Amino acid sequence: MTKTVTDVICPFCGTLCDDIEVVVSDDGKQLLEVFNACVIGSEKFLHSQAKDRVTKPRMRQEDGSWKDVSYDEAADYTAAMLAKAKKPLMYGWSSTNCEAQSVGNEIAEISRACCDNTAAVCHGTTLIAVQDIGLPTCTLGEVKNRADRIIFWGCNPAHAHPRHMSRYSIFPRGFFTGKGQMSRKMVVVDPRVTDTAKMADVHMQVEQGKDYELLNALRVAFRGEWLPDVVAGIPKEKIREAADMMKSGRFVIIFFGMGVTQSLSKNHNIDIAIAVTKDLNEYTKCSIMPMRGHYNVTGSGEVFAWQFGFPYSIDLSRGFARYNPGDTSSIDLLTRGEVDAMFTIGSDPGAHFPISAVKPIANMPSVCIDPHMTPTSGVSKLHVPVAFNGVETGGNCYRMDNVPIDCRKVVEPPAGMLTDEQFLVMVRDRLKKLKGVA
Amino acid sequence: MTKNITLNLISGRTIQQGVAIESGKEKPSYRTAAGIIEMDDADFKRLGVWKNTNVKVTSDHGSVVVKAVESAQGPNPGIAFIPMGPWANAIIDPNTYSTGMPTFKGTPVKIEVAINEPILLGIELVQKQCGVKVG
Repeated sequence: MTKTVTDVICPFCGTLCDDIEVVVSDDGKQLLEVFNACVIGSEKFLHSQAKDRVTKPRMRQEDGSWKDVSYDEAADYTAAMLAKAKKPLMYGWSSTNCEAQSVGNEIAEISRACCDNTAAVCHGTTLIAVQDIGLPTCTLGEVKNRADRIIFWGCNPAHAHPRHMSRYSIFPRGFFTGKGQMSRKMVVVDPRVTDTAKMADVHMQVEQGKDYELLNALRVAFRGEWLPDVVAGIPKEKIREAADMMKSGRFVIIFFGMGVTQSLSKNHNIDIAIAVTKDLNEYTKCSIMPMRGHYNVTGSGEVFAWQFGFPYSIDLSRGFARYNPGDTSSIDLLTRGEVDAMFTIGSDPGAHFPISAVKPIANMPSVCIDPHMTPTSGVSKLHVPVAFNGVETGGNCYRMDNVPIDCRKVVEPPAGMLTDEQFLVMVRDRLKKLKGVA
Repeated sequence: MTKNITLNLISGRTIQQGVAIESGKEKPSYRTAAGIIEMDDADFKRLGVWKNTNVKVTSDHGSVVVKAVESAQGPNPGIAFIPMGPWANAIIDPNTYSTGMPTFKGTPVKIEVAINEPILLGIELVQKQCGVKVG
């Protein structure tokens, strides 16, 4: 016999879908089927059952081969590495729960580490802009029930947040949006004709990297002032059409992604996108929301912020929290050669950092805590596999709109495997002894 | 002399890349999903190659061999797209301009045919570039 677990939370993207159904074996040890999730979410649940999964911590030997070690030995190595390092970097946190993040912050404080999460290569520039001018935002529930003008700027939810449009933004029939898709207009801004752009009422195929100019042109168009014939590759008639469409809505929501945060101008792109939001509130109601990637990158920012006062790029090396992106941010610290130990958890900088920031990791003491084999584990000295958060252990996570949702455990991890939090507690207790902290 | 063209490189998520990272980055499926460069039909003609040819992509920051495929989300002449991952990150502009964020989108790259050069697996590519000894 099997049993079906309902209302499971999907631990893949920031949409944090909460309607997944999972079929597990009667003894709760095997996950058999996944319903309602997108293809990526299903794969995440099903991959936890892979037969070739690494289940024991592994240490890299002199000859380059792996040697299995116990969790105790792994915790000893990690604690000793952090105790010895002058400026360790503790990076990741976005694919684990808030409880583990909080233990990690204790470790960071004792070892005077630099702490950063995956916002460093995702929405870090958004956070800078939010600190500059604020963020008029809302929840995804409000979007579902009220929004009738949906703007996707530099993001491609059809690929990156596959159920975002069906659960919240385009298709659902909400309280004031009873006709679903028919009651909404969709504007997409992207230099490619993405699968999201193909669905749009208006697609502005902006010249790559010219988002600032186009956002500025929209502000001009709202006011009905003079525009050049073409801005950022878009004819002025199309800009005015998009501007009128936005102004005529009852509730406008701007979703934005990596297209604006990672292009040149970076945080200034977001500055002006927020200014567009502010302008639209002169005519109608408008909100703006970053399309957060990892399922708990938002939670990591929240935990950092309430414990250290800043959402990412934190340097504790002087014994108190400093925040100065460009100086205390992971990529810059690594490429300048300023860190002497690397601790990675719940992310994969080996695959997603520029290679010049990965090379230093291979030449320093390093620990990678990740259920998968990744390029990061491939260059680290110690790989600690752990239970999949959201599948084999529960814990608190934050959706992209800052709504906290408790993830659920649906199956048992392989025998003897620890969770992120359990392993971090072992490291913390050892580190306290080494540092003589009560 | 080998023919080459210059394009503007961007990187980002594709759903195939998302599935591949969750099913195992050590597997060839990751290379199939992310060890590619999506190019417009017009750019294939300018380069003078068939689709699904191995090409060497070079920027000021490095070079990498990937498979050139037709853009699934085009037309976008002049723009090349490599899904986020080690192949894109071998060549993107790491400069953060004091924001902490590398310039993942908007790196000028040179594309040339490399029909006989192999496309490495994800983990293998990073280990090779970092000089990690693998037993």
